[in-house]
Amino acid sequence: MKPRLDGRRAALAAALLALALVPAVADEFYVVLFTKILVLGIFAMSLDLLVGYTGLPSLGHAAYFGAAAYAAMVLAPESAPANLLLTLPASVLVAALLALATGALAVRTAGMYFIMVTLAFGQMAYFAVHDSPYLGGSDGKLLFARPVVAFGGAAILDFAEPQVYYLLVLACLAGSYGILRAVVQSPFGRVIQGIRVNEARMQALGYATYRYKLASFAIGGAFAGLAGYLAAYQAEYVNPKLLGWQESGLALVMVILGGVGTLHGAVLGSAAIVLLQEFFSELTSHWMLLLGLFIVGSVIWLPHGIVGIRAWARRARTR
Amino acid sequence: MTGEPVIRTDGLTRRFGALTAVDAVSLEFTAGRIHAVIGPNGAGKTTFLNLLSGNLRPTTGSVRLRGREIAGAPVHAIARLGVGRSYQRTNVFPEFTCFENCRLGAQARLSSSMRFFKPADAYAGVNADAERALSLCRLSHRRDDAADVLSHGERRQLELGMMLATSPSVLLLDEPLAGMGAAEAGLMLDLIKGLASDHTIVLVEHDMDAVFSTADVITVMVGGRALETGTPAAIQVSPAVREAYLGAAKGAPAP
Repeated sequence: MKPRLDGRRAALAAALLALALVPAVADEFYVVLFTKILVLGIFAMSLDLLVGYTGLPSLGHAAYFGAAAYAAMVLAPESAPANLLLTLPASVLVAALLALATGALAVRTAGMYFIMVTLAFGQMAYFAVHDSPYLGGSDGKLLFARPVVAFGGAAILDFAEPQVYYLLVLACLAGSYGILRAVVQSPFGRVIQGIRVNEARMQALGYATYRYKLASFAIGGAFAGLAGYLAAYQAEYVNPKLLGWQESGLALVMVILGGVGTLHGAVLGSAAIVLLQEFFSELTSHWMLLLGLFIVGSVIWLPHGIVGIRAWARRARTR
Repeated sequence: MTGEPVIRTDGLTRRFGALTAVDAVSLEFTAGRIHAVIGPNGAGKTTFLNLLSGNLRPTTGSVRLRGREIAGAPVHAIARLGVGRSYQRTNVFPEFTCFENCRLGAQARLSSSMRFFKPADAYAGVNADAERALSLCRLSHRRDDAADVLSHGERRQLELGMMLATSPSVLLLDEPLAGMGAAEAGLMLDLIKGLASDHTIVLVEHDMDAVFSTADVITVMVGGRALETGTPAAIQVSPAVREAYLGAAKGAPAP
Protein backbone atom coordinates (compact mmCIF):
# COMPACT_ATOMS: atom_id res chain seq x y z
CA MET A 1 0.00 0.00 0.00
CA LYS A 2 2.80 2.43 0.93
CA PRO A 3 4.76 2.35 -2.35
CA ARG A 4 1.60 2.84 -4.40
CA LEU A 5 0.75 5.86 -2.29
CA ASP A 6 4.22 7.29 -2.87
CA GLY A 7 3.86 6.61 -6.60
CA ARG A 8 0.67 8.61 -6.54
CA ARG A 9 2.40 11.46 -4.73
CA ALA A 10 5.19 11.49 -7.30
CA ALA A 11 2.68 11.55 -10.17
CA LEU A 12 0.87 14.39 -8.46
CA ALA A 13 4.06 16.41 -7.97
CA ALA A 14 5.05 15.85 -11.60
CA ALA A 15 1.63 16.98 -12.81
CA LEU A 16 1.76 20.11 -10.67
CA LEU A 17 5.26 20.93 -11.88
CA ALA A 18 4.26 20.46 -15.51
CA LEU A 19 1.23 22.70 -15.00
CA ALA A 20 3.36 25.35 -13.30
CA LEU A 21 5.64 25.43 -16.36
CA VAL A 22 2.78 26.12 -18.79
CA PRO A 23 3.15 29.94 -18.69
CA ALA A 24 6.90 29.62 -19.29
CA VAL A 25 6.58 27.55 -22.44
CA ALA A 26 3.15 28.24 -23.95
CA ASP A 27 1.46 31.12 -25.77
CA GLU A 28 -0.96 33.33 -23.93
CA PHE A 29 -3.81 31.59 -25.77
CA TYR A 30 -2.94 28.31 -24.08
CA VAL A 31 -2.38 29.97 -20.72
CA VAL A 32 -5.93 31.32 -20.87
CA LEU A 33 -7.25 27.95 -22.03
CA PHE A 34 -5.48 26.16 -19.20
CA THR A 35 -6.78 28.72 -16.70
CA LYS A 36 -10.28 27.81 -17.83
CA ILE A 37 -9.52 24.10 -17.43
CA LEU A 38 -8.23 24.55 -13.89
CA VAL A 39 -11.09 26.82 -12.80
CA LEU A 40 -13.65 24.32 -14.08
CA GLY A 41 -11.50 21.57 -12.57
CA ILE A 42 -12.02 23.07 -9.10
CA PHE A 43 -15.73 23.38 -9.84
CA ALA A 44 -15.98 19.76 -11.01
CA MET A 45 -13.99 18.51 -7.97
CA SER A 46 -16.40 20.30 -5.66
CA LEU A 47 -19.27 18.51 -7.39
CA ASP A 48 -17.43 15.18 -7.18
CA LEU A 49 -17.47 15.51 -3.39
CA LEU A 50 -21.27 15.47 -3.63
CA VAL A 51 -21.81 13.04 -6.50
CA GLY A 52 -18.89 10.65 -6.14
CA TYR A 53 -18.43 10.57 -2.38
CA THR A 54 -21.71 11.52 -0.73
CA GLY A 55 -24.06 10.16 -3.40
CA LEU A 56 -25.85 13.48 -3.93
CA PRO A 57 -26.30 14.02 -7.70
CA SER A 58 -26.88 17.78 -7.70
CA LEU A 59 -28.15 19.46 -10.84
CA GLY A 60 -27.99 22.90 -9.29
CA HIS A 61 -24.37 23.14 -8.30
CA ALA A 62 -23.74 26.14 -10.55
CA ALA A 63 -25.89 28.26 -8.21
CA TYR A 64 -22.98 28.35 -5.73
CA PHE A 65 -20.41 28.83 -8.49
CA GLY A 66 -22.39 31.78 -9.82
CA ALA A 67 -23.29 33.16 -6.40
CA ALA A 68 -19.61 33.63 -5.55
CA ALA A 69 -18.95 35.13 -8.99
CA TYR A 70 -21.67 37.71 -8.37
CA ALA A 71 -20.44 38.26 -4.81
CA ALA A 72 -17.03 39.06 -6.29
CA MET A 73 -18.68 41.57 -8.63
CA VAL A 74 -20.75 43.21 -5.89
CA LEU A 75 -17.74 43.44 -3.55
CA ALA A 76 -15.47 44.94 -6.20
CA PRO A 77 -14.99 48.74 -6.11
CA GLU A 78 -16.31 50.67 -9.14
CA SER A 79 -12.99 51.92 -10.40
CA ALA A 80 -10.24 50.26 -8.46
CA PRO A 81 -9.08 46.67 -8.11
CA ALA A 82 -10.53 44.63 -5.24
CA ASN A 83 -8.37 43.17 -2.51
CA LEU A 84 -8.20 39.41 -3.04
CA LEU A 85 -7.52 38.74 0.64
CA LEU A 86 -10.91 40.17 1.56
CA THR A 87 -13.13 39.47 -1.42
CA LEU A 88 -12.09 35.86 -2.07
CA PRO A 89 -12.96 34.56 1.43
CA ALA A 90 -16.12 36.68 1.49
CA SER A 91 -17.30 35.32 -1.87
CA VAL A 92 -16.57 31.74 -0.82
CA LEU A 93 -18.53 32.38 2.38
CA VAL A 94 -21.52 33.65 0.39
CA ALA A 95 -21.51 30.44 -1.67
CA ALA A 96 -21.12 28.24 1.41
CA LEU A 97 -23.97 29.96 3.26
CA LEU A 98 -26.25 29.73 0.25
CA ALA A 99 -25.39 26.01 -0.01
CA LEU A 100 -26.08 25.57 3.70
CA ALA A 101 -29.48 27.28 3.44
CA THR A 102 -30.66 25.48 0.30
CA GLY A 103 -28.98 22.21 1.29
CA ALA A 104 -30.88 22.19 4.59
CA LEU A 105 -33.97 21.45 2.53
CA ALA A 106 -32.42 19.61 -0.43
CA VAL A 107 -30.55 16.89 1.48
CA ARG A 108 -33.78 15.85 3.19
CA THR A 109 -34.74 14.40 -0.17
CA ALA A 110 -33.06 11.59 -2.09
CA GLY A 111 -32.71 10.23 -5.59
CA MET A 112 -34.88 11.80 -8.26
CA TYR A 113 -36.38 14.27 -5.78
CA PHE A 114 -32.94 15.50 -4.81
CA ILE A 115 -32.14 16.13 -8.47
CA MET A 116 -35.40 18.04 -8.94
CA VAL A 117 -34.97 20.13 -5.78
CA THR A 118 -31.39 21.13 -6.58
CA LEU A 119 -32.42 21.92 -10.16
CA ALA A 120 -35.24 24.10 -8.84
CA PHE A 121 -32.97 25.97 -6.42
CA GLY A 122 -30.44 26.45 -9.21
CA GLN A 123 -33.04 27.93 -11.53
CA MET A 124 -34.39 30.14 -8.76
CA ALA A 125 -30.89 31.54 -8.25
CA TYR A 126 -30.54 31.97 -12.01
CA PHE A 127 -33.75 33.96 -12.35
CA ALA A 128 -33.10 35.97 -9.19
CA VAL A 129 -29.94 37.26 -10.85
CA HIS A 130 -31.40 37.40 -14.35
CA ASP A 131 -34.30 39.60 -13.24
CA SER A 132 -32.32 41.92 -10.99
CA PRO A 133 -31.32 45.24 -12.64
CA TYR A 134 -28.95 45.93 -9.75
CA LEU A 135 -26.94 42.81 -10.68
CA GLY A 136 -26.95 43.67 -14.39
CA GLY A 137 -29.94 41.57 -15.45
CA SER A 138 -29.57 39.28 -18.44
CA ASP A 139 -26.59 41.28 -19.77
CA GLY A 140 -24.43 40.71 -16.73
CA LYS A 141 -21.79 43.15 -15.59
CA LEU A 142 -18.15 43.90 -16.21
CA LEU A 143 -15.57 43.88 -13.46
CA PHE A 144 -13.19 46.83 -13.42
CA ALA A 145 -9.98 44.85 -13.04
CA ARG A 146 -8.47 41.66 -11.66
CA PRO A 147 -8.03 41.69 -7.89
CA VAL A 148 -4.75 42.47 -6.13
CA VAL A 149 -3.18 41.22 -2.96
CA ALA A 150 -2.94 44.31 -0.76
CA PHE A 151 -1.54 44.88 2.70
CA GLY A 152 -2.25 48.17 4.44
CA GLY A 153 -3.36 49.90 1.26
CA ALA A 154 -0.34 48.89 -0.81
CA ALA A 155 -0.81 46.34 -3.57
CA ILE A 156 2.02 43.81 -3.40
CA LEU A 157 0.79 41.43 -6.09
CA ASP A 158 -1.53 41.97 -9.01
CA PHE A 159 -3.03 39.47 -11.39
CA ALA A 160 -3.54 41.60 -14.51
CA GLU A 161 -1.10 39.42 -16.43
CA PRO A 162 -2.79 36.17 -17.56
CA GLN A 163 0.35 34.23 -16.63
CA VAL A 164 0.28 35.46 -13.03
CA TYR A 165 -3.46 34.87 -12.81
CA TYR A 166 -2.90 31.35 -14.11
CA LEU A 167 -0.47 30.66 -11.28
CA LEU A 168 -3.01 31.94 -8.75
CA VAL A 169 -5.63 29.56 -10.18
CA LEU A 170 -3.13 26.69 -10.16
CA ALA A 171 -2.32 27.38 -6.50
CA CYS A 172 -6.05 27.38 -5.70
CA LEU A 173 -6.51 24.08 -7.54
CA ALA A 174 -3.60 22.48 -5.69
CA GLY A 175 -4.90 23.78 -2.36
CA SER A 176 -8.45 22.61 -3.09
CA TYR A 177 -7.25 19.19 -4.13
CA GLY A 178 -5.13 18.87 -0.98
CA ILE A 179 -7.97 19.90 1.30
CA LEU A 180 -10.61 17.77 -0.43
CA ARG A 181 -8.27 14.76 -0.48
CA ALA A 182 -7.75 15.14 3.27
CA VAL A 183 -11.49 15.54 3.80
CA VAL A 184 -12.43 12.35 1.94
CA GLN A 185 -9.85 10.37 3.95
CA SER A 186 -10.93 11.82 7.29
CA PRO A 187 -13.53 10.26 9.58
CA PHE A 188 -16.03 12.67 8.01
CA GLY A 189 -15.05 11.45 4.55
CA ARG A 190 -15.59 7.82 5.53
CA VAL A 191 -19.04 8.66 6.88
CA ILE A 192 -20.20 10.36 3.67
CA GLN A 193 -18.91 7.43 1.61
CA GLY A 194 -20.84 5.07 3.85
CA ILE A 195 -23.93 7.22 3.33
CA ARG A 196 -23.51 6.96 -0.44
CA VAL A 197 -23.51 3.16 -0.25
CA ASN A 198 -26.21 2.64 2.39
CA GLU A 199 -27.60 5.55 4.36
CA ALA A 200 -30.02 3.46 6.45
CA ARG A 201 -27.19 1.23 7.65
CA MET A 202 -25.16 4.27 8.69
CA GLN A 203 -28.09 5.47 10.80
CA ALA A 204 -28.34 2.05 12.42
CA LEU A 205 -24.64 2.35 13.32
CA GLY A 206 -25.41 5.62 15.10
CA TYR A 207 -24.64 8.31 12.54
CA ALA A 208 -27.00 11.29 12.24
CA THR A 209 -26.66 11.17 8.46
CA TYR A 210 -28.54 14.39 7.72
CA ARG A 211 -25.86 16.53 9.35
CA TYR A 212 -23.09 14.85 7.41
CA LYS A 213 -24.88 15.23 4.09
CA LEU A 214 -25.55 18.90 4.81
CA ALA A 215 -21.93 19.54 5.81
CA SER A 216 -20.76 17.87 2.62
CA PHE A 217 -23.20 19.95 0.56
CA ALA A 218 -21.90 23.16 2.17
CA ILE A 219 -18.25 22.20 1.65
CA GLY A 220 -19.01 21.40 -1.98
CA GLY A 221 -20.75 24.77 -2.27
CA ALA A 222 -17.75 26.57 -0.79
CA PHE A 223 -15.31 25.08 -3.31
CA ALA A 224 -17.76 25.74 -6.15
CA GLY A 225 -17.70 29.32 -4.86
CA LEU A 226 -13.92 29.45 -5.02
CA ALA A 227 -14.13 28.33 -8.65
CA GLY A 228 -16.86 30.89 -9.36
CA TYR A 229 -14.79 33.72 -7.91
CA LEU A 230 -11.83 32.72 -10.09
CA ALA A 231 -14.09 32.35 -13.16
CA ALA A 232 -15.53 35.84 -12.66
CA TYR A 233 -12.09 37.39 -12.56
CA GLN A 234 -10.74 35.35 -15.42
CA ALA A 235 -13.41 36.75 -17.73
CA GLU A 236 -13.62 40.02 -15.75
CA TYR A 237 -17.29 39.67 -16.46
CA VAL A 238 -20.26 37.96 -14.85
CA ASN A 239 -23.57 36.95 -16.39
CA PRO A 240 -26.55 34.82 -15.26
CA LYS A 241 -25.42 31.84 -17.36
CA LEU A 242 -22.85 31.14 -14.65
CA LEU A 243 -25.73 29.97 -12.43
CA GLY A 244 -27.75 28.15 -15.07
CA TRP A 245 -28.52 24.47 -15.25
CA GLN A 246 -26.36 24.08 -18.35
CA GLU A 247 -23.35 25.01 -16.23
CA SER A 248 -24.41 22.48 -13.55
CA GLY A 249 -24.92 19.85 -16.22
CA LEU A 250 -21.53 20.55 -17.78
CA ALA A 251 -19.84 20.06 -14.40
CA LEU A 252 -21.71 16.77 -13.98
CA VAL A 253 -20.51 15.63 -17.42
CA MET A 254 -16.93 16.52 -16.45
CA VAL A 255 -17.16 14.47 -13.28
CA ILE A 256 -18.66 11.46 -15.05
CA LEU A 257 -16.30 11.69 -18.01
CA GLY A 258 -13.25 11.99 -15.76
CA GLY A 259 -14.22 9.31 -13.26
CA VAL A 260 -16.68 9.60 -10.40
CA GLY A 261 -15.38 9.57 -6.83
CA THR A 262 -11.70 10.24 -7.53
CA LEU A 263 -11.26 14.08 -7.35
CA HIS A 264 -8.40 14.14 -9.89
CA GLY A 265 -10.75 12.55 -12.41
CA ALA A 266 -12.88 15.69 -12.22
CA VAL A 267 -9.90 17.80 -13.30
CA LEU A 268 -9.17 15.40 -16.18
CA GLY A 269 -12.82 15.58 -17.16
CA SER A 270 -12.63 19.37 -17.18
CA ALA A 271 -9.53 19.24 -19.38
CA ALA A 272 -11.19 16.80 -21.76
CA ILE A 273 -14.35 18.88 -22.15
CA VAL A 274 -12.59 22.23 -22.54
CA LEU A 275 -10.04 20.89 -25.02
CA LEU A 276 -12.64 18.97 -27.03
CA GLN A 277 -14.89 22.01 -27.17
CA GLU A 278 -11.92 23.96 -28.51
CA PHE A 279 -10.92 21.24 -30.98
CA PHE A 280 -14.39 20.43 -32.32
CA SER A 281 -15.40 24.09 -32.64
CA GLU A 282 -12.38 24.62 -34.92
CA LEU A 283 -13.60 21.77 -37.12
CA THR A 284 -17.24 22.63 -37.50
CA SER A 285 -19.98 24.90 -36.26
CA HIS A 286 -21.90 21.74 -35.32
CA TRP A 287 -19.32 20.96 -32.65
CA MET A 288 -21.98 20.30 -30.00
CA LEU A 289 -23.04 17.26 -32.00
CA LEU A 290 -19.50 15.89 -32.07
CA LEU A 291 -19.02 16.56 -28.35
CA GLY A 292 -22.31 14.82 -27.61
CA LEU A 293 -21.30 11.76 -29.63
CA PHE A 294 -17.96 11.70 -27.86
CA ILE A 295 -19.65 11.77 -24.45
CA VAL A 296 -22.07 8.99 -25.40
CA GLY A 297 -19.18 6.88 -26.69
CA SER A 298 -17.03 7.42 -23.64
CA VAL A 299 -19.84 6.54 -21.25
CA ILE A 300 -20.37 3.27 -23.17
CA TRP A 301 -16.73 2.27 -23.55
CA LEU A 302 -15.21 3.93 -20.50
CA PRO A 303 -17.74 3.41 -17.73
CA HIS A 304 -15.18 4.39 -15.09
CA GLY A 305 -14.14 7.53 -16.92
CA ILE A 306 -10.71 8.69 -17.96
CA VAL A 307 -9.14 7.50 -14.69
CA GLY A 308 -10.45 4.02 -15.54
CA ILE A 309 -8.39 3.85 -18.74
CA ARG A 310 -5.45 2.10 -17.07
CA ALA A 311 -7.53 -0.68 -15.57
CA TRP A 312 -9.40 -0.94 -18.86
CA ALA A 313 -6.15 -1.25 -20.84
CA ARG A 314 -4.85 -3.87 -18.39
CA ARG A 315 -8.00 -5.94 -18.89
CA ALA A 316 -7.76 -5.55 -22.66
CA ARG A 317 -4.17 -6.85 -22.60
CA THR A 318 -4.93 -9.91 -20.53
CA ARG A 319 -7.93 -10.79 -22.65
CA MET B 1 -36.50 -13.34 36.77
CA THR B 2 -33.31 -11.92 38.19
CA GLY B 3 -31.84 -8.50 37.51
CA GLU B 4 -33.42 -5.31 36.26
CA PRO B 5 -34.69 -5.44 32.71
CA VAL B 6 -32.50 -3.56 30.21
CA ILE B 7 -35.39 -3.05 27.83
CA ARG B 8 -39.00 -2.91 28.91
CA THR B 9 -41.90 -2.39 26.54
CA ASP B 10 -45.30 -1.35 27.81
CA GLY B 11 -48.42 -1.70 25.69
CA LEU B 12 -46.27 -1.30 22.59
CA THR B 13 -48.56 -1.02 19.57
CA ARG B 14 -48.05 -0.30 15.91
CA ARG B 15 -50.90 -0.04 13.44
CA PHE B 16 -50.62 0.18 9.65
CA GLY B 17 -54.05 1.46 8.64
CA ALA B 18 -56.53 -1.20 9.72
CA LEU B 19 -53.81 -3.76 10.45
CA THR B 20 -52.41 -3.94 13.97
CA ALA B 21 -48.96 -5.42 13.36
CA VAL B 22 -47.84 -5.19 16.98
CA ASP B 23 -50.63 -5.21 19.52
CA ALA B 24 -50.07 -4.05 23.10
CA VAL B 25 -46.85 -5.97 23.67
CA SER B 26 -45.42 -5.65 27.18
CA LEU B 27 -42.14 -7.51 27.60
CA GLU B 28 -38.93 -7.34 29.60
CA PHE B 29 -35.47 -8.15 28.27
CA THR B 30 -32.77 -8.92 30.82
CA ALA B 31 -28.99 -8.64 30.49
CA GLY B 32 -27.01 -11.82 29.95
CA ARG B 33 -29.91 -13.67 28.36
CA ILE B 34 -30.81 -14.72 24.87
CA HIS B 35 -34.46 -13.83 24.54
CA ALA B 36 -35.96 -15.27 21.36
CA VAL B 37 -39.11 -13.98 19.75
CA ILE B 38 -40.79 -16.58 17.57
CA GLY B 39 -44.06 -16.85 15.75
CA PRO B 40 -45.55 -17.60 12.36
CA ASN B 41 -44.93 -15.31 9.37
CA GLY B 42 -46.73 -12.01 9.81
CA ALA B 43 -46.81 -12.31 13.59
CA GLY B 44 -45.16 -8.90 13.91
CA LYS B 45 -41.67 -9.98 15.01
CA THR B 46 -39.70 -7.76 12.65
CA THR B 47 -42.08 -4.86 13.25
CA PHE B 48 -41.46 -5.34 16.97
CA LEU B 49 -37.67 -5.15 16.40
CA ASN B 50 -38.18 -2.05 14.25
CA LEU B 51 -40.03 -0.41 17.12
CA LEU B 52 -37.16 -1.19 19.50
CA SER B 53 -34.49 0.10 17.11
CA GLY B 54 -36.36 3.24 16.08
CA ASN B 55 -36.82 2.22 12.44
CA LEU B 56 -40.55 2.57 13.14
CA ARG B 57 -42.41 4.83 15.55
CA PRO B 58 -44.94 3.16 17.79
CA THR B 59 -48.58 4.15 17.43
CA THR B 60 -48.90 3.96 21.21
CA GLY B 61 -47.00 2.45 24.09
CA SER B 62 -43.53 2.87 25.46
CA VAL B 63 -40.05 1.42 25.11
CA ARG B 64 -37.71 2.00 28.02
CA LEU B 65 -33.98 1.42 27.80
CA ARG B 66 -32.66 1.24 31.38
CA GLY B 67 -35.63 3.29 32.47
CA ARG B 68 -35.23 5.89 29.74
CA GLU B 69 -38.05 6.38 27.25
CA ILE B 70 -36.77 5.83 23.72
CA ALA B 71 -40.00 5.21 21.79
CA GLY B 72 -40.08 7.47 18.74
CA ALA B 73 -36.42 8.53 19.02
CA PRO B 74 -34.48 8.49 15.73
CA VAL B 75 -32.55 5.37 14.73
CA HIS B 76 -29.11 6.95 15.13
CA ALA B 77 -29.90 8.25 18.62
CA ILE B 78 -31.04 4.81 19.80
CA ALA B 79 -27.95 3.23 18.22
CA ARG B 80 -25.74 5.65 20.13
CA LEU B 81 -27.39 4.57 23.37
CA GLY B 82 -25.96 1.11 22.75
CA VAL B 83 -28.66 -0.68 20.78
CA GLY B 84 -27.14 -2.61 17.87
CA ARG B 85 -29.30 -3.97 15.10
CA SER B 86 -28.67 -6.57 12.43
CA TYR B 87 -31.00 -6.94 9.50
CA GLN B 88 -32.83 -9.81 7.88
CA ARG B 89 -31.45 -8.80 4.49
CA THR B 90 -27.68 -8.66 4.72
CA ASN B 91 -26.72 -5.05 4.96
CA VAL B 92 -22.95 -4.64 4.75
CA PHE B 93 -21.01 -2.17 2.61
CA PRO B 94 -20.10 -4.41 -0.34
CA GLU B 95 -17.30 -2.33 -1.87
CA PHE B 96 -15.48 -1.73 1.43
CA THR B 97 -13.08 -4.22 3.00
CA CYS B 98 -14.14 -6.23 6.04
CA PHE B 99 -11.88 -4.08 8.17
CA GLU B 100 -13.36 -0.88 6.76
CA ASN B 101 -16.87 -2.17 7.43
CA CYS B 102 -15.97 -2.75 11.07
CA ARG B 103 -14.00 0.51 11.23
CA LEU B 104 -17.14 2.42 10.23
CA GLY B 105 -18.94 0.75 13.10
CA ALA B 106 -16.15 1.54 15.56
CA GLN B 107 -15.90 5.14 14.35
CA ALA B 108 -19.56 5.66 15.25
CA ARG B 109 -18.39 5.57 18.87
CA LEU B 110 -16.41 8.80 18.47
CA SER B 111 -18.18 11.74 20.07
CA SER B 112 -18.59 13.11 16.54
CA SER B 113 -17.28 12.25 13.11
CA MET B 114 -17.25 15.92 12.08
CA ARG B 115 -13.47 15.61 11.89
CA PHE B 116 -12.17 16.76 8.56
CA PHE B 117 -8.39 16.65 8.35
CA LYS B 118 -6.69 13.86 10.29
CA PRO B 119 -6.83 10.62 8.27
CA ALA B 120 -9.52 8.24 9.49
CA ASP B 121 -7.05 5.37 9.84
CA ALA B 122 -4.89 7.41 12.22
CA TYR B 123 -7.38 6.93 15.07
CA ALA B 124 -5.69 4.13 17.01
CA GLY B 125 -8.62 3.47 19.35
CA VAL B 126 -11.03 3.12 16.44
CA ASN B 127 -8.66 0.77 14.63
CA ALA B 128 -8.28 -1.38 17.75
CA ASP B 129 -12.05 -1.61 18.21
CA ALA B 130 -12.43 -2.60 14.55
CA GLU B 131 -9.79 -5.34 14.85
CA ARG B 132 -11.45 -6.62 18.01
CA ALA B 133 -14.83 -6.75 16.26
CA LEU B 134 -13.27 -8.57 13.29
CA SER B 135 -11.85 -11.22 15.57
CA LEU B 136 -15.11 -11.48 17.54
CA CYS B 137 -16.99 -12.29 14.32
CA ARG B 138 -14.08 -14.56 13.29
CA LEU B 139 -13.19 -12.75 10.10
CA SER B 140 -9.66 -11.56 10.94
CA HIS B 141 -8.32 -13.71 8.09
CA ARG B 142 -10.60 -11.80 5.69
CA ARG B 143 -9.51 -8.38 6.96
CA ASP B 144 -8.52 -6.83 3.64
CA ASP B 145 -11.04 -8.58 1.38
CA ALA B 146 -13.92 -6.57 -0.01
CA ALA B 147 -17.22 -7.56 1.55
CA ASP B 148 -18.74 -8.45 -1.82
CA VAL B 149 -16.36 -11.41 -2.30
CA LEU B 150 -17.47 -13.01 0.98
CA SER B 151 -19.77 -16.02 1.12
CA HIS B 152 -23.30 -15.48 2.37
CA GLY B 153 -22.44 -16.85 5.79
CA GLU B 154 -19.35 -14.66 6.07
CA ARG B 155 -21.40 -11.61 5.20
CA ARG B 156 -23.80 -12.43 8.01
CA GLN B 157 -20.77 -12.68 10.32
CA LEU B 158 -19.51 -9.32 9.05
CA GLU B 159 -22.92 -7.79 9.65
CA LEU B 160 -22.61 -8.96 13.25
CA GLY B 161 -19.01 -7.68 13.43
CA MET B 162 -20.00 -4.23 12.21
CA MET B 163 -22.64 -4.06 14.88
CA LEU B 164 -20.25 -5.32 17.59
CA ALA B 165 -17.72 -2.67 16.58
CA THR B 166 -20.12 -0.03 17.87
CA SER B 167 -19.79 -1.70 21.32
CA PRO B 168 -23.51 -2.10 21.87
CA SER B 169 -24.99 -3.47 25.08
CA VAL B 170 -28.19 -4.63 23.38
CA LEU B 171 -28.20 -6.77 20.23
CA LEU B 172 -31.35 -6.95 18.11
CA LEU B 173 -30.80 -9.87 15.73
CA ASP B 174 -33.28 -10.31 12.92
CA GLU B 175 -32.99 -13.87 11.57
CA PRO B 176 -29.21 -14.15 11.78
CA LEU B 177 -29.38 -17.72 10.44
CA ALA B 178 -31.51 -16.96 7.39
CA GLY B 179 -30.27 -18.69 4.26
CA MET B 180 -27.35 -20.42 5.99
CA GLY B 181 -26.09 -23.96 5.60
CA ALA B 182 -25.80 -26.19 8.67
CA ALA B 183 -22.08 -25.49 9.23
CA GLU B 184 -22.48 -21.73 8.85
CA ALA B 185 -25.49 -21.71 11.13
CA GLY B 186 -23.57 -23.67 13.77
CA LEU B 187 -20.76 -21.12 13.71
CA MET B 188 -23.21 -18.23 13.96
CA LEU B 189 -25.01 -19.85 16.90
CA ASP B 190 -21.69 -20.33 18.69
CA LEU B 191 -20.94 -16.66 18.11
CA ILE B 192 -24.28 -15.57 19.51
CA LYS B 193 -23.97 -17.84 22.56
CA GLY B 194 -20.52 -16.40 23.21
CA LEU B 195 -21.98 -12.89 23.25
CA ALA B 196 -24.83 -13.67 25.63
CA SER B 197 -22.91 -13.23 28.87
CA ASP B 198 -22.26 -9.52 28.42
CA HIS B 199 -25.09 -8.45 26.13
CA THR B 200 -28.85 -8.29 26.16
CA ILE B 201 -29.88 -10.26 23.09
CA VAL B 202 -33.24 -10.16 21.34
CA LEU B 203 -33.29 -12.89 18.73
CA VAL B 204 -35.90 -13.22 16.02
CA GLU B 205 -35.39 -16.54 14.26
CA HIS B 206 -37.34 -19.06 12.22
CA ASP B 207 -35.03 -22.03 12.83
CA MET B 208 -36.88 -23.69 15.75
CA ASP B 209 -34.11 -26.17 16.59
CA ALA B 210 -31.69 -23.27 16.90
CA VAL B 211 -34.07 -21.24 19.02
CA PHE B 212 -34.91 -24.03 21.44
CA SER B 213 -31.25 -24.98 21.84
CA THR B 214 -29.88 -21.45 22.41
CA ALA B 215 -32.57 -19.25 23.91
CA ASP B 216 -32.91 -18.74 27.66
CA VAL B 217 -36.34 -17.17 27.29
CA ILE B 218 -38.82 -17.46 24.45
CA THR B 219 -41.74 -15.21 23.62
CA VAL B 220 -44.31 -16.49 21.17
CA MET B 221 -45.98 -13.83 19.05
CA VAL B 222 -49.17 -14.52 17.14
CA GLY B 223 -51.15 -11.90 15.25
CA GLY B 224 -49.16 -9.05 16.77
CA ARG B 225 -49.72 -10.16 20.39
CA ALA B 226 -47.19 -11.64 22.76
CA LEU B 227 -49.02 -14.86 23.51
CA GLU B 228 -46.74 -16.37 26.07
CA THR B 229 -43.25 -15.93 27.49
CA GLY B 230 -41.25 -18.62 29.26
CA THR B 231 -38.34 -21.03 29.22
CA PRO B 232 -37.98 -23.27 26.16
CA ALA B 233 -39.23 -26.21 28.19
CA ALA B 234 -42.31 -24.31 29.36
CA ILE B 235 -43.07 -23.02 25.85
CA GLN B 236 -42.79 -26.50 24.39
CA VAL B 237 -45.53 -27.84 26.65
CA SER B 238 -47.73 -24.75 26.81
CA PRO B 239 -51.25 -25.69 25.67
CA ALA B 240 -52.01 -22.12 24.57
CA VAL B 241 -48.95 -22.02 22.33
CA ARG B 242 -49.75 -25.43 20.90
CA GLU B 243 -53.23 -24.38 20.06
CA ALA B 244 -52.45 -20.96 18.61
CA TYR B 245 -49.15 -21.60 16.91
CA LEU B 246 -48.47 -25.26 16.36
CA GLY B 247 -52.14 -26.04 16.18
CA ALA B 248 -52.39 -23.94 13.06
CA ALA B 249 -50.50 -26.74 11.34
CA LYS B 250 -53.01 -29.29 12.72
CA GLY B 251 -50.67 -30.95 15.19
CA ALA B 252 -47.76 -31.18 12.74
CA PRO B 253 -44.32 -30.30 14.17
CA ALA B 254 -43.22 -26.68 14.00
CA PRO B 255 -41.55 -25.64 10.74
